[in-house]
Amino acid sequence: MKTGTLKQILLITDGCSNKGEDPVAMAALASEQGITVNVIGVMEQDAIDDKGLTEIESIAAAGGGVSQVVYSQQLSQTVQMVTRKAMTQTLQGVVNSELKQILGKSKTMEDLPPEQRGEIMEVVDELGETVELEVMILVDTSASMKHKLPTVKEALLDLSLSLNARSGENSFSVLVFPGKRAETEKLLDWTPRLEKLASIFPKLTTGGITPTGPAIREAAASFRQKRSLRSLLSSDDEQSFEESV
Amino acid sequence: MMMNNPSKNPYKIEQGTIICGKWHKHTYVIIHELGSGANGTVYLAGTAGGRTALKISHDPLTITSEVNVLKSFAKVQGSALGPSLLDVDDWETPEGRISFYAMEYISGPGFLEFLEQKGIDWLDVLLLQLLKDLQVLHKNGWIFGDLKPENLIVTGPPARIRCIDTGGTTPKGRAIKEFTEFFDRGYWGLGGRKADEQYDLFAVAMIIINAAYPKRFSRKEGGKAQLLGAVNSCSILTKYSNVIECALSGSYRSAEEMRKGVLGVIQPSRQSGHHHTKNQSTSSSKKRHQQKGSAGTGTAAFPGNSARRGSPLKHTAATQPIKATRTTRSAQHTSDKKKKSGLLETAVILAIVSILYFFYLYSQLV
Ligand SMILES: Nc1ncnc2c1ncn2[C@@H]1O[C@H](COP(=O)(O)OP(=O)(O)OP(=O)(O)O)[C@@H](O)[C@H]1O
Ligand SMILES: [Mg+2]
Repeated sequence: MKTGTLKQILLITDGCSNKGEDPVAMAALASEQGITVNVIGVMEQDAIDDKGLTEIESIAAAGGGVSQVVYSQQLSQTVQMVTRKAMTQTLQGVVNSELKQILGKSKTMEDLPPEQRGEIMEVVDELGETVELEVMILVDTSASMKHKLPTVKEALLDLSLSLNARSGENSFSVLVFPGKRAETEKLLDWTPRLEKLASIFPKLTTGGITPTGPAIREAAASFRQKRSLRSLLSSDDEQSFEESV
Repeated sequence: MMMNNPSKNPYKIEQGTIICGKWHKHTYVIIHELGSGANGTVYLAGTAGGRTALKISHDPLTITSEVNVLKSFAKVQGSALGPSLLDVDDWETPEGRISFYAMEYISGPGFLEFLEQKGIDWLDVLLLQLLKDLQVLHKNGWIFGDLKPENLIVTGPPARIRCIDTGGTTPKGRAIKEFTEFFDRGYWGLGGRKADEQYDLFAVAMIIINAAYPKRFSRKEGGKAQLLGAVNSCSILTKYSNVIECALSGSYRSAEEMRKGVLGVIQPSRQSGHHHTKNQSTSSSKKRHQQKGSAGTGTAAFPGNSARRGSPLKHTAATQPIKATRTTRSAQHTSDKKKKSGLLETAVILAIVSILYFFYLYSQLV
């Protein structure tokens, strides 16, 4: 099966942005460029405040992605779950737009009877396994995140374990914000090996401001120009849809 | 698009709610919740044809994907790999569309609960049954994935282990869909997450460990050192240490091979063995013998079961991490009560045997 590239931003943060562009607008912009923005809100025992929660949910909604708020202990499992869900959801979006062409404007996968949904799900699963994946990980390193960073590191190493089990290719990059000198700092340039992070992560320093908006803008810009999402499905896949629908 | 918060059960459905499917028009009346997890909530529901379990989720993808697995299980002849699938549908509510599927209701305690009620002696039986099921599952190209005590229910009598929750079930060779850290070899640094037989067998080893450490424990140094350390400091586990080590290292090639390993552990010749206190091995040798017979055929026979039920020797096992010292204490406790319970036990066995005999006669008559 011939597939294109899935572009995902995974934002890990614990609260409100306070500098630069509106992160929700930046997420919407990324989404327009075929990049999905997913957000994981990390909290301690104390709950995240309403404002932070709203921001997290709005960023994901505008970015066409998934959001989840977790306690830091559950982070590893959540990171991999959110990434997986986000992939499936994006792929489903792609499949849905193909379906619209085949079935007419108003139909999506969920409008089909459950029996046919199952067949399409198999295609989505197959794509999820084989699709080329680019994940830009955005880590909030503002002061309040300081003691959560070791957990974040572990969660990311764990994510690489899950994604490396797929047959499709992966490419990762890590951006932290605020950076040492600028609003953002590229910690790890595009690489198939997220494990490299292990040696760099401990050297991180934390800063005061939280420029989430600029970080999303930077992240979106750093995706390499690849084929668009629309070409995810090659023509022979469309044929198999027609057969199964 | 998808919002979640950490609260366990975000969508609760009241008892008595009537759910009517949009496509197939079957009607379900919610009786009560059976449990919930990361993917949704399962309810017991009444239908015209009897009781069923309804899995309900706001994420139609989850439902569709679990249903796909259950459907393919249904094609495997002569074995019950998961609950059988009865219906898949959508429920239109004022708040939106909710996908669900109806499956066979599997009634009984969970794996750990069962061991707590019936005693740790049942562990072998359950393991042998589980490994036999896994062999069939693997032979059909599936890896269970999210194998853990919460996803195992013991029905019966006669006791029979059943796997539920096919959310993690993955075709061999693909990336494991869903897992739980304690049972995941990746978490312990002992392998990757590509679905293979060894992934499930690793989880089986962790289930054995979990039976002795009901509260589990988290990763410290990780790796085999920590896990085998836990095994060696618990008297219940010492007899399995070889089996556990093989499964943790991924050296069993199939579930069948691991099953042979477990059978090897329970061979009668090694009875007077190592770490068991004398009290324990004498007091339960008779029962253990009966169990071995049933374990050999892979099904739990009634006699062992009833003897256990009649006995007041409750294993204190499953409430805390069980250390060697604890076991000695509970073994002593056991032997104190033994004399008193002997008579009662005989009476109960007699009573149950006569009831069974009565049923036997009755069934012959009808
Ligand atoms: N067929 C069934 N019969 C009886 N009880 C069931 C059945 N299916 C599920 N349950 C109960 O409901 C609980 C939750 O179900 P299930 O494991 O499918 O949910 P989940 O959301 O996939 O959970 P997780 O993925 O977190 O394990 C189970 O632990 C079990 O107690
Ligand atoms: Mg479960």
